[in-house]
Amino acid sequence: MELLLLLTLFVVAVFLGVELITKVPPTLHTPLMSGSNAISGISLVGAILSAGSDAGYWVNILGFIAVVLATINVVGGYMVTNRMLSMFKRK
Amino acid sequence: MDNTIIYLAYLVASCLFILGIKGLTKPRTAVRGNQLSALGMLIAVVVTLLDHSIISYQWIIAGIIVGGAIGAFMAKKIQVTAMPQMVALLNGFGGGASLFIAIANFLDPASATHTVALISIGATVLIGSVTLSGSFIAFAKLQELISGNPIRVPGNKVINLVLLVAAIALSGAIVVDPTQIDLIYALAAVSLLLGIFLVIPIGGADMPVVIALLNSYSGIAAATTGFITGNTVLIVAGALVGASGIILTQIMCKAMNRSLFNVLFGVMGEGGVVADADEVYAGKVKSTSPEEVAMLLETAERVVIVPGYGLAMAQAQHAVRDLANELQRRGTDVKYAIHPVAGRMPGHMNVLLAEAEVPYEQLIEMDEINPQFEQTDVAIVIGANDVTNPLAREDKTSPIYGMPILNVDKARTVIVIKRSLSPGFAGIPNPLFANDNTLMLFGDGKKEIVELTKDLKEAD
Repeated sequence: MELLLLLTLFVVAVFLGVELITKVPPTLHTPLMSGSNAISGISLVGAILSAGSDAGYWVNILGFIAVVLATINVVGGYMVTNRMLSMFKRK
Repeated sequence: MDNTIIYLAYLVASCLFILGIKGLTKPRTAVRGNQLSALGMLIAVVVTLLDHSIISYQWIIAGIIVGGAIGAFMAKKIQVTAMPQMVALLNGFGGGASLFIAIANFLDPASATHTVALISIGATVLIGSVTLSGSFIAFAKLQELISGNPIRVPGNKVINLVLLVAAIALSGAIVVDPTQIDLIYALAAVSLLLGIFLVIPIGGADMPVVIALLNSYSGIAAATTGFITGNTVLIVAGALVGASGIILTQIMCKAMNRSLFNVLFGVMGEGGVVADADEVYAGKVKSTSPEEVAMLLETAERVVIVPGYGLAMAQAQHAVRDLANELQRRGTDVKYAIHPVAGRMPGHMNVLLAEAEVPYEQLIEMDEINPQFEQTDVAIVIGANDVTNPLAREDKTSPIYGMPILNVDKARTVIVIKRSLSPGFAGIPNPLFANDNTLMLFGDGKKEIVELTKDLKEAD
């Protein structure tokens, strides 16, 4: 049952994403990509759980690498998107 | 912290991501949208840090400090012309993060317990690895560490198929016998190879499609990671990013009139009777000077600037803006015609020109600008080639027939600023260069435009 709920969530989110993204104008396609990159850095949540778990050294190390990569995505993604978008804003 | 509260916080974060993307549908609300999305991320991360299953924080803190420093450094230092490389790297890191989380979960006896988790781990390792290695190849091509041209490997399609079948078989084997730890490393290795072989045959001009597709993969990898532990915010956010990448991939393919399959396997249009360059150009190409172009522009009422990847290569965006400013000061109407696949990633030209403070209202999309070329006095093509080739419209035997192009040849006079008559990515001559109403201005884009602007200023 839980799997079905998660699948439902996934499919509904895909449809919602398609509806939203088709409305993004071509002008903003590059910031959309870097911004969605930042969002995919949400894997940081999973990385944190592995890096701090009690499952042993290797799990923590792998979690640490994942935390580094995901944080680059989050911080780099949001910052560079913000930098680009402020160029569109100023006049 | 109580699980209910964590999941409610994840729900809030998911809503903020959705509102964030909604904000990106208008330039005016985009900055705010990005901030909302970042707030969602902050909420998701903070509640996760309070999860009671975390027993130590040293690895987490170290990782966030190292990753945060690298990310901030990259975001600050990157040049706008290099944005495609930056996005390629970020895609790769996203895929890599999912890959390492999946392996960590596989090694953790507490999480790799049921079939669904094991299937999700296999899928995440596969997609995450392909995204990681594929993105690094894309990065290397864009950064010109390796040739940006398609690299033909004999039997590439067969190799891809074998690797894919092997990866799927290994994913299955993990579910059947999760005690074989080595299988997951084998799966990662095979999938990393698959990523390399998928991207290596793809040429520079097809990069917008590849980057969009890898963007989608990085989202899907995050979503499958969510299925391992039933993490709702990972599933929602991953699905949103996956959908975004797929939509952009579709838009890019459509703008090149090629199927995704053709792009991925390096197939250029069928038929493919390539005209001889000498035959097309011989005796018909007229070369011009900045001075002569300045004289033409003096009397022009409507000018359309057509930027291509060459503009980014020459870093000529500021010079172009200066030229446009000078023209506008003289009362000339200036617009920019943006082809959807101009540049190396979706929206590349828009960002480049925005950096040079060109107002986005002046950037006109292909469908809107095309009917206006007939009323255009001078069209200035800077570093664009295939997207202006009239053969795409007229010659059914041409490999690029059917690709939507900018109808610059309909303008009264066309100025093409280009280093030489060398062909674009499609490898075919462009009859536009030999047209009666076309003048070629040979040289470096930036230098010629600076020169041209100077001559125009002196004309008063």
